[in-house]
Order: sequence, then C-alpha cells, then structure tokens
Amino acid sequence: MLLNLKLLLPELSLLTFALLIILLDLGIKQKKVLVGVSIVGLLVSTGFALTMWGIQPTAIFNGMLMVDQFALFFKFLFLAAAGLVILASQDYVSKFPHFQGEYYALILISVVGMMLLSATGELISIYVALELSSISLYILAGFLKDPKSSEAGLKYLLLGAVASAVLLYGMALVFGITGKTRLIEIAQTIQAMPMSNLLDNPALLLGIIFLAAGFGFKIATVPFQMWVPDVYEGAPTPITAYLSVASKAAGFAVIVRFFYTTFAFPDWLSLNWGILFAVLSAITMTVGNVVAITQSNIKRMLGYSSIAQAGYLMVGLATIGVTSKVVSTTAAFQGQSGLLFFLVSYALTNLGAFIAIIAISNKTNSDLIDDYSGMGKRAPLLALALTLCLISLTGLPPTAGLIAKIYIFSAGVSNGLLWLVIIAVLNSCISAYYYLRVVKVMWLGTPASEERVPSSWALRVALAISCLGVLVLGIIPGKFVQLAEAAVRLFIL
Amino acid sequence: MEFPYLSTIIFLPVVGIIIIALLPNPQPKAVRCISAGFTLTAFALSLFVFLSFDRSAGMVGQMQFEEKLSWIPPINAFYHLGVDGLSLPLVVLTTFLGFLAVLVSWKIALRPREYFIWLLLLETSILGVFCSLDLVLFFLFWEVELVPMYFLISIWGTGRKEYSAIKYVIYTLVGSAMMLTGILTVYFTTGSLSMLELAGLTSAKAFIPLAAMFFLLFFAFAVKLPVFPLHTWLPDAHTDAPTAVSVILAGVLLKMGGYGMIRLCITVFPEVAKTFALWLVILAIVNVLYGAAVTLRQTDLKRLIAYSSISHMGYVLLGIFALSQVSLVGATLQMFSHGIITGLLFAMVGLVYDKSHERNLETLGGLARQMPVIAVVFSVAGLAALGLPGTSGFAAEFITFIGSFSSTIVEGIRIYTILGVLGIVITAGYILWMLQRVFYGEPQEKFNGVPDADNVEKLCIFSFVAAIMAIGLYPAILTDVIKLGVMPVVKLIGG
Repeated sequence: MLLNLKLLLPELSLLTFALLIILLDLGIKQKKVLVGVSIVGLLVSTGFALTMWGIQPTAIFNGMLMVDQFALFFKFLFLAAAGLVILASQDYVSKFPHFQGEYYALILISVVGMMLLSATGELISIYVALELSSISLYILAGFLKDPKSSEAGLKYLLLGAVASAVLLYGMALVFGITGKTRLIEIAQTIQAMPMSNLLDNPALLLGIIFLAAGFGFKIATVPFQMWVPDVYEGAPTPITAYLSVASKAAGFAVIVRFFYTTFAFPDWLSLNWGILFAVLSAITMTVGNVVAITQSNIKRMLGYSSIAQAGYLMVGLATIGVTSKVVSTTAAFQGQSGLLFFLVSYALTNLGAFIAIIAISNKTNSDLIDDYSGMGKRAPLLALALTLCLISLTGLPPTAGLIAKIYIFSAGVSNGLLWLVIIAVLNSCISAYYYLRVVKVMWLGTPASEERVPSSWALRVALAISCLGVLVLGIIPGKFVQLAEAAVRLFIL
Repeated sequence: MEFPYLSTIIFLPVVGIIIIALLPNPQPKAVRCISAGFTLTAFALSLFVFLSFDRSAGMVGQMQFEEKLSWIPPINAFYHLGVDGLSLPLVVLTTFLGFLAVLVSWKIALRPREYFIWLLLLETSILGVFCSLDLVLFFLFWEVELVPMYFLISIWGTGRKEYSAIKYVIYTLVGSAMMLTGILTVYFTTGSLSMLELAGLTSAKAFIPLAAMFFLLFFAFAVKLPVFPLHTWLPDAHTDAPTAVSVILAGVLLKMGGYGMIRLCITVFPEVAKTFALWLVILAIVNVLYGAAVTLRQTDLKRLIAYSSISHMGYVLLGIFALSQVSLVGATLQMFSHGIITGLLFAMVGLVYDKSHERNLETLGGLARQMPVIAVVFSVAGLAALGLPGTSGFAAEFITFIGSFSSTIVEGIRIYTILGVLGIVITAGYILWMLQRVFYGEPQEKFNGVPDADNVEKLCIFSFVAAIMAIGLYPAILTDVIKLGVMPVVKLIGG
C-alpha cells in the first residue's frame, strides 16, 4: 500500500501535540500543563512506535519513507532524548517566561523532523526532514535573546544554511549522474554503470564528498566543527544537551542509511568513503580532545568533548565502509550495531551530564569549571551523577561508556582498522585528563559558599533515568547489544 | 549449582558499600566496623576456598570454583570466574591486605564514609581482576580500580597528591589502552575471549604479528609492575597516597602486572615469550639494580620503600621470564611475599609518621627507645625485605634465584642471575642504613612522649609478622598450590 498513513502515526501524533501546545499556550496561565502535554505527546508517539517494533520493513509514499527497525530504533532514541530534555528544562524555562509554549512545541517539531530524517529513503525528503529539524533548532539556540544566545542562533543558522547548500549541491550532482532521487534506485544505477564510467567521471565522487561535508556539519566532524563551541556555549543549556545528543544521532542515522544504501557497491567505492571517514574520524577525535583540555567553560568543554565523541562514532562509519559487503554475516553488521549502541550510551551519558550542569549552573549562574569547586559538598547527589557521566564519557567502568567503546572498537579491529582503534584508545587517555579535572574540582575544591543547590523533581527524575541507564548499559549490556543488532539486521535495502 | 564462593568474595565489599551508603548519618565507628566486618568475612571465605582447594596432581591446569554465566552474548563475553594455583594465593593476599588496610585506616577522620566506600570498591576490583577468566571482564575490573585509586590518593593523600593521582591514572590508562587493543586483536584472531581457550596461540590466523600482540599486553602489565623505564608514577603515587592505599598499592596492585604477564603474555604467547626472554631478563636486572641504587639515595622514608618495591619487582620479572617451573613458582611466591612484607613496611612507615610527624631520615633517629614495639616489628619487616632466612622474603627470593640460575631456556641467564643477586647486597645496605637512622643512635628529646603502637595497630602488624614467618618457615603451604598453576604454563613453554 502506497499511502499507509498508519505507519506514520508516531510522527503525525507528535505533530498534532506540538500544534496543540501552541494553541493551549494562548489560553493557559499555568504553564506547567504544557510540560505534561508534551510528555504525553512523546509517550503517545512512543506507544505508536512500539506497536510497529518487529514490523516487516515497509516503504511508504513511493519509497520516500522507510518504516523499519533501524528507523524505529532512532525514533525511540529521539523521543527519549526529547523527553529527558523537556523534564530537565523545568529549572531553566523561568529565563523566558513568555515563550514556553513555543519552546516545547519547537522541541516536538524538531523531533518530528529527526524521526522523518531517520526514515527517509529519498533525496528530497531527506532535505525536507533535515530542514524541519534544523530550523526549529536554529530558533531554539537563540531562544534566550541575550547577545551570546543570539550570536549562537545566528551563527548556527548561517553555517547551517551553508551546509545545507553544500548538501543540496552534492545531491544535485548525484542526481545529475544517476537521474534518480530514491536511494535504492541510485544504488542500482551506480551498480549498473561500467567501472570506467564511474572512474572517469569525478562528478559522482565530488557529489559523495559534498554529501559527506553537508552531513558532517550535522554531526560536527572536523573541519565542520567550528560552530559547535559557540553554539553550545550560547544556546540554552537544555537545548545544548538536545543538540549534542539528538541532532548528532539524527546526523548519524541519515549518514548510515544514505551511504550504506546508496554507495555500498561496488566495493572499491565503499572502501573509499570508508577510508575517508576513518581519516576524518582520527582527525576529529584528536582535535576535539586536544582542544577540550584548554577549555575553562564547561559547556564549551563538553562541546569539544562531543566533537571527540563524534570521532569515536565515526569509527563505526569507517567500519561500515571498509567491511566487505559480500558476506552478510553478523560480522558485516558490527559497524552499524556498534554505532547504534554507542549512540544510545553517549546519549544517556551526555544528557545526564548536561542535566546535572543545568541544575548546578542555575544556582551559580556560571558555566565556568572553577565555579564547580566543592560541588561534592554543596550538592553531593548532583556531583555524584555528573561524576558518573564524566567517567562514562572517559570510558571507565562500570558505565555504558566503556562497553560502548569496547563494542565499537572491536568492530573496527575485526575489519582491519587497527591503526584507527589505536589512535582512538590513545585519545581516550587524553580525554581522561579534562574529564577528571572537573571531577577533581568538584570533590577536592573548596566550595565558594555553603548554600545547597536546589533542583526540581522533574529534573531529578530525568537525571535518575539517565544515570540508571548509564549503569545498566555498563553492567548488563547484553540485551541492549542484541537490540542494536536486531535494529540493523532488518534494514531496508 | 554449587555456592558461588568467588562471586561472594568479590562482591562482599560491595554489599558493605551499599550498607555504608544507605546508613543515615553513620558514626565513623560504625563505618569502620562494617568495613572491617565485611573484609574479614571475605578473608575468611577466601581462606576457606584456599583450604578446600583440591591440590591433587590430577587438578593441574584445572580451574576450580568456576562460575560461568552469559553476559554479552553478541561478543561471546561471559561472566566467567575461577581460580587456579596462580591466582588463588593472590586472592588470599588481596582479602588479607583488604582487611588489614581497614585496620590501618582506623584513625581516618576526614570524610570516613567516602573513604571506606572507595577502599572497599578497590578491594572488589582487584579481586575481580584475579578471578576473571574472561578478557572483557578482566579488563572491566582492571579499569574499575582506577576510580577509587584516583579519589583515595587525591583526597586523603599528602604532598602533591592531585598531581600524583592524575599521573597514576594517566599512566595506567595508557597501559590499559594498549591492553584493550591487544585484547581485541587476540579476540579477532581466535574469536574467543576465554582465557582458558587462548593458551598457546599460534600465528596461523593472526592478522598482526604475535609479537605485536604480546607487547601490547606486556606494556599494560609493565606499567603496573612497574618495569623500568615506565616506573616513574610509582614513587609519586606511593609517597603521596594515604598509608592504607600504599599498603594495597604495593601489596596487590603491582601484582596485577606480574599476574597478567604470566596469565596472558606467557600463557597465550609462549613462543614470543621465549624469543624475547633474554631481553626481558636483562630489563629485569636493570630494574633490580637501578631500583636498589636509587633507593640508597632516598631521604624520605616512604619514597625509600616505594623505590625498593621497584627493585623487588625486578625479581618477579626475572623469575617470570627465566621461564622455568621453579623460577615461575619463585616469582609467584615473591609476589605474595613482597605483598605482605612491603605492606607491613608501609604500615610501619605510616605508624612512625602518625606518631612522630616526621618522615625525613635526616631528622628521625633514636626512636627505638620511644617506640620499642614499632622498632622491633619494623626491623623484622626490614630483615624480611632483605631476605633473611626464616622469613618469606628469603624463601621467595631463594626459589626465584635457583629457578632462574638453573633455567635452560634463556641463554646466559646465569650471569644475569648473579648480577641480580647483587641487588640483595644493596638491599641489605639500604634497609640496615634506614633502620639505623630511624631507630638507633641517641634518643632525641623532641620525640619524648611519642606513643608506641596501640592495640588495633598491634593486631594489624602482628598479623603481618605471623604471615611472613609462617611462609618463611614452611613455604610449601603456598608453593604446593602455586605449582599446580604454573605447571601448565611450563608445559606450553616446553620446559
């Protein structure tokens, strides 16, 4: 069936709730209701998505959208991330009392965009979904309306627009060579072309490079990472958390689907983009980690740290590229499942870290690492949670971070990327220095005052969920690894 | 399924942690007693396991008290525990020192609740390392140990504690980064993470040279042991750590390195170990002599003991890479013996410092009058360290030297063994000189009224002395067990 709207229910229901929030905002004085409505909206959407888990991969709207486990996996991730961010925003929204309705609605709309993005199988719908999520995020980044936030919003918008242009140019080139917009048809056309035709024609390779650059902006790989520190610093902290997790995950979702569907064959082509990502990965993680060492603002530090983490994630992308596609055993999917598991672990960890930062910075009105001095005494539980998340980001047990690294690096090693894995593990050692510095300041520094740090129950719930997730994934990861493998096995081609 | 003894031993401290963490506003005394209770129970259980360990010849190379549960199925990782003759003594040593470390820390006044939580977590992680038979599990426990060590040194330490703590963490992390790479290459060569299935890997399917895998793993263990020139974290960490942490650090943490070398480097790559044995033996001698020479020059009591550990770990390295059955037994015994001797030495330094507030050899002196018990026990520990017959130090070093001198596997090892024995002479020099400068000579006025050891401290240090004497007089308590663990390794080497 071509127009199976039932399969679009998660997105449609969420969009309805987003519009409902804008309407309610007009008439309701008690803004807390809006939080409840957004959470219900996310839960309803999750419910619809849950009923589809295990579904036979289906293409709808003439192959524009794919409903498969891979997309569903990401949909859960986006919904969960948005839910945690909305809960954690409770301590932050007082900074913009008049626009709370828009704030929640925009978050939901961007989730819709990302959910579509993870499911698209066609050039134009990829672009539309990407813009849907991005434009909401541009607005959200500038939401505080102070100079820094406005700068963040504007910078994000301008650079994002350039990246979109590059992406469109890449799509145009690929379309020009193949004459198709559906990814599967593009793949078929490329495979049908004679080898010499592909080699003599630089347009296709140029197109691939432009596409990698356009998507690279979204996941903030070097050299398209320039916007990250400024935008992360200026944007409202919950939005920073959301950007660093959901937006990045959406970028990876679309890259995996796009490159794996379109450019998997012939082997030399996929090997080439695999190596491209491997080199980018090595540079990205090194730049991210080295620059993070010198940061004194915790949001900027986590910005650079997220660049480094994107580098680790790209080990997964590189693995997908260099894996031989002929044998389709479990080993062939290690890159994908490693990437998915790492994304989940990274999402929980980074959200947890940012949620703790929201609470602490709200009290101290500062994002400087030095002002975290003595937090172990002022807010032991928040400091403990932040410590746990930083330990997970470093990749120490008993947290999700370690298992995720072992899993994604093992995928790399088994597919001949030993050199990249060695660079990656050495990078993990560098990262210990700046992550543990925050831990040190919190537990060893003397507190600036004895005042306790207050936090709302909603924030505490969100923090507890993230930390629990980090621990569960770190100690009994078996089930979740299997889930990630199930998600990539039923991948539409 | 029989009772999971090993899991119980490993996770008893964690139960203690949970109870301490849940108590609302506990008294420091309650925290101490809970920690002592749980570590003592773990020690008792490990003794029970030690006593019921099947020593019959049929059990050579067999793991006992095995537990195996599925953990991360997609990568074949299991929750797989077990002990053999190699790991069992180290497990007993860990629980023994874990209990004594609690006693040593009896007077901790700064944030006692957190302190004991970290100390207990440290014990769990070390026990996990010695009991794991799965590489991922092994790596996990190996890394867990970093977190409590970081906090213990940087909060409760002295001097440049934050610098020393981060130095320790970074050194170990670089080592474990190498180890993780090594483990992954081994895994993808064999498809197995079980230490039992990996023994005697051949180069048939390896996609990088076996020697490269060997050195990736060796690097991690060499940082930990420590092997010259990777040792520079050790004096800093030891000097600035609180006493109990020094006891654990010297007592069992260093042994994780030696244990790893035997369990992984030699067992998995016997051929590579044979090829490079000569160079590693030379490195061991450098370790012995360099460590001993540097020790002579120390004026800080704690730093002195720390450097002496480097020298003594050289004997372990010598015993391991002499690759004969006797030398491997000697090396394992030396690990155990050094654990209790140096543990005691650090405990004694802690006592001297607590009471006299002085650690500098140049300002100490004549303390034997003011603290006779401490002086006697310190001397016993010192004599054990220099290998006086009747102490465990003698038994261990003697067996190691006999083993390496008679080893047929390494060319020209006799010369190196003789050079290594020279280390003992230097050891006698620095130990006696140190005892003389701390305890003998004219009693000094400023130390008048300095108390001797109290009852808890006596209980603690006499337990150490008893263990040193027991093993010194009848080393077969341990060597019988160790032999069972070493024999399969020797068979792989072909000795």
